[in-house]
Amino acid sequence: MGSFHLTKMSFKNLFSKPATKLYPIEPPVYTPMTKGRVVVDMKECTLCSVCEKKCPSSAITVDKPGETWTLNPFACVQCYACVRVCPKDCLTMLADYTPSATKKSLVIEKKPELTPEEKAAKEAKDKEKAERVAAAMAKKAAKDAAAKAADDTK
Amino acid sequence: MGKRTVIPFGPQHPVLPEPIHLDLVIEDEKVIEAIPQIGFIHRGLEKLVETRDYQTYVNITERICGICSFGHSLGFSQTIEILMGIEIPKRAEFLRVIWHELSRIHSHLLWLGLLADAFGYENLFMQCWRLRERVLNIFEQTTGGRVILSACNVGGVLQDISDEDLRGIVQILDGLRDEYGDLLDTFLYDRSVESRLGGVGYLSKQQAEEFAIVGPFARASGVIEDVRMFGHGGYGALEDFEPVISTRGDGYARCEVRALEVLQSIDIIKELVGKMPDTPISVAVKGSPEAGSRSASRVEQPRGECYYYSRGNGTKFLDRFRIRTPTAQNVAGMVATLQGCDLADVPLNVLTIDPCISCTER
Repeated sequence: MGSFHLTKMSFKNLFSKPATKLYPIEPPVYTPMTKGRVVVDMKECTLCSVCEKKCPSSAITVDKPGETWTLNPFACVQCYACVRVCPKDCLTMLADYTPSATKKSLVIEKKPELTPEEKAAKEAKDKEKAERVAAAMAKKAAKDAAAKAADDTK
Repeated sequence: MGKRTVIPFGPQHPVLPEPIHLDLVIEDEKVIEAIPQIGFIHRGLEKLVETRDYQTYVNITERICGICSFGHSLGFSQTIEILMGIEIPKRAEFLRVIWHELSRIHSHLLWLGLLADAFGYENLFMQCWRLRERVLNIFEQTTGGRVILSACNVGGVLQDISDEDLRGIVQILDGLRDEYGDLLDTFLYDRSVESRLGGVGYLSKQQAEEFAIVGPFARASGVIEDVRMFGHGGYGALEDFEPVISTRGDGYARCEVRALEVLQSIDIIKELVGKMPDTPISVAVKGSPEAGSRSASRVEQPRGECYYYSRGNGTKFLDRFRIRTPTAQNVAGMVATLQGCDLADVPLNVLTIDPCISCTER
């Protein structure tokens, strides 16, 4: 048993850099992994609502007809589940935290308005899809009719 | 003989980080009897298994307690894996043990700091928490969270640690070990620490076995009891595991056991990093636990053995989930140490069992 075992460390502390940061004068350092807040890229988002289903705290609401994606930042627990399951990789977890607020407000993201070119491309794509569906349905109807005719002849 | 008085202690008290109430029956500054009462922060988390499916419930188990957060998610995942007969990859088992042992280091450093603070050694408290910060930084670098890690799920782990990062962790822990040596010297060989803790809150081995005390509290009374020595999961890959035991049974012994367990955890992490297999980190889990299937598992939390029980009902929701936490066992031992002690030693006795009331009340 002795005394003053901590003296060496205490003296070292006098001449070393402080272990703490002068926050908020010095900005905090986040790691690339830090789970801060979720943001969505609405250009890529297809409003598939997988993130809404997987969210353990029901913080995300997806309104497909209204084309909005809503996050309640006060309910979000930064579990990363939504970012992990997103099929389009349009959700990102940023390292910085949600800024403090005086009111509990929601983050509502709306699908951006399309430019004329994008609108035309989308219409063309929809038209092509509709044609593809119609062709597939016609093919299926023909196949069914042939099968029925074969049954009748039996 | 003085007059008997009852002094209420808690639920709010400077030495208590969490609410527990004790009715202390005092006679001549000596505690004759202590009657504990809990139930101030009950949240009904076990009941939530009926409304949250077993994959989502991991996020809730993590929030049972801030200090043993990873341990609870590990215990729950382990129980469901036994229930559904899932075998997880070796790398996932090793990563789980690494995070769990890091949690133990951070929990013990936190407790050692609180203990130093309780006996008035502010400088020691500050140094312990300074070192603990490095472990929290490792958590942040590897999982993105400092307290709630969200790294463990049923079927494995959600995040991998690259081999380079693992070597980085070992380097950080080597640095921590060097500096921790000075703190260890102070805790074990400083006269002021010994004179404050020596002989305070004595619990014999027989009493510890009688009350089924678990964790460092039991090991400080000479009971050889540690779930890690059964070699479940990643612990099975360890060459040799000997629990840290002390036979003194007093506050000093509890401090000694926890202080030495920090070094033991560093050794475990280093050994597992050296043996890390190159396998996937998780397996896909589909389906639900069968109706009537039951499983139980145990995890050595920083505070002792924690028992988990689950029962399936054929759906993705569980029929029942039960956690018996180490503090639930240790409260009986704490009451035994309080009987006959001085009033001034009550805060120290309560602290030396490292009570975690949030875990206990779930």
